[in-house]
Amino acid sequence: MTHAEVLIVGAGPAGIAAATAAARTSRSVLLLDDNHAPGGQIWRTDSLAPNPRDRHRDAALTSLQQSGAQLLFNTRVCDAPAPGILTTLSGEAITHIEYDKLILATGARERLLPFPGWTLPGVSGAGGLQALTKGGFPIAGKRVVVAGTGPLLIAVAAHLAAAHANIVCVAEQATLTQMAAFASAIASSPAKIWQGIKFRAQLRGAPYHTSTWPIAALGDTHLTSVRLTDGSRTWEEPCDYLACGFHLVPNTELASLLGCTFNGDFVAVDVLQRTSIGNIYCAGEPVAIGGLDAALIQGEIAGLAATDQLQQAQALHQRHATSLQRFVTRLEAAFRLRPELLTLAHPEDIVCRCEDVRFEQLVPYTSWTAAKLQTRCGMGPCQGRICGPATQSLFGWKPTSVRAPLSPVPVSAFIQFDLRTPTAPQEIP
Amino acid sequence: MHYDVIIIGAGIVGCACARECATAGLKVAIIEHHIPAAATTAAGMGHIVTMDDSPAQLALTAYSRGLWQQLAPQLPASAEYEACGTLWVAADDEEMAGVSAKQSVYTAAGIASSTLSPDVLASAEPALRRGLSGGFLVPDDAVVYPPASAQYFLQQAQASGTVLLQARVIRAANHSVQLADATILHTGKIIIATGADISLTPTLPIQKRKGHLLITDRYPGLIHHQIVELGYLKSAHKLTADSVAFNVQPRQTGQILIGSSRQYGNDDPGLDQRILAAMLERAISYIPALARVSGIRAWTGFRAATPDKLPLIGPTEDHSVFLAMGFEGLGITNATGAARLLADHLLLRPSAIPLTPYLPERIKQEAYAHA
Amino acid sequence: MPTPDAITVAVNGQPLQVARGTTAAAAFALASAPCRLSTTGDPRSGVCGMGICFECRAIVDGVRHVRTCQLPCYDGMKLETQQ
Ligand SMILES: Cc1cc2nc3c(=O)[nH]c(=O)nc-3n(C[C@H](O)[C@H](O)[C@H](O)COP(=O)(O)OP(=O)(O)OC[C@H]3O[C@@H](n4cnc5c(N)ncnc54)[C@H](O)[C@@H]3O)c2cc1C
Ligand SMILES: Cc1cc2nc3c(=O)[nH]c(=O)nc-3n(C[C@H](O)[C@H](O)[C@H](O)COP(=O)(O)OP(=O)(O)OC[C@H]3O[C@@H](n4cnc5c(N)ncnc54)[C@H](O)[C@@H]3O)c2cc1C
Ligand code: FES
Repeated sequence: MTHAEVLIVGAGPAGIAAATAAARTSRSVLLLDDNHAPGGQIWRTDSLAPNPRDRHRDAALTSLQQSGAQLLFNTRVCDAPAPGILTTLSGEAITHIEYDKLILATGARERLLPFPGWTLPGVSGAGGLQALTKGGFPIAGKRVVVAGTGPLLIAVAAHLAAAHANIVCVAEQATLTQMAAFASAIASSPAKIWQGIKFRAQLRGAPYHTSTWPIAALGDTHLTSVRLTDGSRTWEEPCDYLACGFHLVPNTELASLLGCTFNGDFVAVDVLQRTSIGNIYCAGEPVAIGGLDAALIQGEIAGLAATDQLQQAQALHQRHATSLQRFVTRLEAAFRLRPELLTLAHPEDIVCRCEDVRFEQLVPYTSWTAAKLQTRCGMGPCQGRICGPATQSLFGWKPTSVRAPLSPVPVSAFIQFDLRTPTAPQEIP
Repeated sequence: MHYDVIIIGAGIVGCACARECATAGLKVAIIEHHIPAAATTAAGMGHIVTMDDSPAQLALTAYSRGLWQQLAPQLPASAEYEACGTLWVAADDEEMAGVSAKQSVYTAAGIASSTLSPDVLASAEPALRRGLSGGFLVPDDAVVYPPASAQYFLQQAQASGTVLLQARVIRAANHSVQLADATILHTGKIIIATGADISLTPTLPIQKRKGHLLITDRYPGLIHHQIVELGYLKSAHKLTADSVAFNVQPRQTGQILIGSSRQYGNDDPGLDQRILAAMLERAISYIPALARVSGIRAWTGFRAATPDKLPLIGPTEDHSVFLAMGFEGLGITNATGAARLLADHLLLRPSAIPLTPYLPERIKQEAYAHA
Repeated sequence: MPTPDAITVAVNGQPLQVARGTTAAAAFALASAPCRLSTTGDPRSGVCGMGICFECRAIVDGVRHVRTCQLPCYDGMKLETQQ
């Protein structure tokens, strides 16, 4: 069994900051991620090669490499079989990793909401289209509508524009007033590097609409246009891609499997980022949707605290807590979903993409458990990661228990989940 | 409010009882403290199977399977009824040697079956490992999706006037049922169908027998029948030891449901990786291709086991209280038969098979209910 | 002429040249082919790009249900739309 004094799950900004801070001590630090390189969502790249356009990222990655933390990629956590042990999968091989301290930095995913046509090829999450582009898809010359809500929209639009996509428009559902309040918050907070509004200049003149949202994606076997509305006027924008996400939801499945206490949808932590379980810390989006700055600072606090550098950890917390909290609150206020978004799906529209469960099939039920059992909603391979937050927004349902494996694994790998040397049960016929 | 019958527990057994009683004209209430069909009924495999471990078990499973066959045309698509048959496989000649006796028993009971040579077995299920000694096919056995089937029974009952109440029953005796909020409901008869939860009947010798299952992603055509090792009966019979057996089911979705395990004395609903690993290893030893199949979710459930492995169906010493419990690993199959037999008994109708072997009076006990 | 950095994959039997580092999901998009057909037969492609939504599942070298969004292409890789 591999052993790490400090094990960090997730190599986005929070995990990178945590690993870097923890490895300053002489302790063994292991940082793992299911991608093939560090960076998480915002700093996702194919390699560790420097990126002249993002010096902040480069600095963070250089410190990480120099810190002495061990890095492990293409590795997914799939179980927490006993206190102090995580089970991981890479390829079809299972490894159990023992830890003294664990830092969860599992980030967030986009909230996707159903609307007519949202399952058409060509429609994806905003971050989803960005990832596809970073994954080698030439977006140059393609007409793209970016829609939904959240600071990610502008970041994605800027990234796609830089890759010479033809950004038809950005449709942000929040009102201009909300956005203005948010913009002034950014200017006055230390959150300058939460890229956000700063990118506007890079949109190359693409229209940026507030109070505007998609009501349908049209096309036969691929997207051909998007129907947008601002509540009074409705129009169509012909396009090849719709990058559409409704802000973020935290990835808290591992924390939930470990039995950490929650505060609403988020993992509850103290000033040192400690969860309800003494040797488990949590930083970044699972704690609050607070963007890059929050992730970096919380990650550093967790890394320091997990290695007994308590004074530095506390000092960091004192220096930043108030402004980070204010930023979280502002983000929440700015990108709150308007009620119209919850009525976009027509009865025949699919809500659960894995199992093709339609909106009308869910209407008779009053809970996630009942709907799941009777309609198969959430029973597919994503196990409700996409339709769970959607039905939570639409119906107020709370998805229930997380179970191992955290994501599907080959049956042969499942056998290796057993911690003991494979001893057969007492009697096998 | 006065009811003819109050049924406690809306698992598949309670829902089937509600349907039988309500469609026969009785005024029925069914009380469930959680969500209908979300306990053991949501955890079971849904194999509608004729089992010959005792004459009484064979009689009830055969009768119940027949009722399922009659129901099949009316079942909604969500019930996923599929008459895929059961294919029992013999790992060695010793297991194969038992097949002809088994076939005689099935034939005598009027149940169609056939014996498969190793070659025929291999062509019927090409994914099975080579070198098996043969098989025994029961073609009319079937598979359902239990929660949707239970829901269908419940809806039929509701369409005939049944009232569904959400409450926890804390006492059931002497024509009255007390709810957790102290409400008392009066009724002619009470049917206790609380599955593996025996808090209303604490003196019953029902033990929880934990089982594990794993569902895979979709691999349509990989297997065609519910495939079970002939050694299954041996393992299912053991009352003390933990055991695993090869038992896989093709779902209508193309998914494969992999079972099965049996454990006593483990009331923790969490996964037991040791037993799960042994169960999956056994499945792979029969179907090597399962090794690379993507497993989506694993879960556990509790069977309600009686000492003689037969269910408890019928009246208790308190003549207003009836039981429909203790179905072990056959409650989906036997829900239809048990409900019909109980309704026959309540309505003084003649029944198609004798109720006697399942009567609770065979089990010595002081009381069925909290006094 | 294949560039030194290009590799060849097959998408539904059709050869396709992609740059090294291209993900299998991007190869499907380049070939204008969906990754999978849904349970009711609709074409689908990746949505989240981060291994969570499972919409990018496809058949890779004969193995079903492989997520393609985080999977780099390699020379000779066979990609098929999963039915
Ligand atoms: C034939 C069949 C096929 C299935 N296929 C799939 C599939 O493809 N994908 C999949 O994900 N799952 C599948 N399932 C499993 C199913 O969704 C549940 O996962 C399973 O029934 C129990 O899982 P769990 O223990 O993880 O409970 P969960 O699903 O996590 O939750 C069980 C719920 O039941 C409640 N509960 C617990 N005890 C009781 C009680 N006594 N009474 C009432 N409610 C209670 C809990 O509070 C909780 O809300 C299948 C089940 C069956 C029977
Ligand atoms: C792993 C496994 C595999 C199986 N495979 C098969 C198979 O292939 N074929 C087959 O035929 N059978 C199978 N079974 C058995 C079958 O699932 C059960 O026998 C059947 O589901 C029992 O149904 P039930 O209605 O008696 O119990 P349950 O479904 O448990 O229902 C009891 C209900 O009563 C409610 N309740 C309990 N106490 C109270 C109270 N005080 N007040 C109000 N409500 C209460 C509960 O919430 C619950 O909803 C399997 C079981 C397991 C565990
Ligand atoms: S695109 Fe969502 S898992 Fe690959």
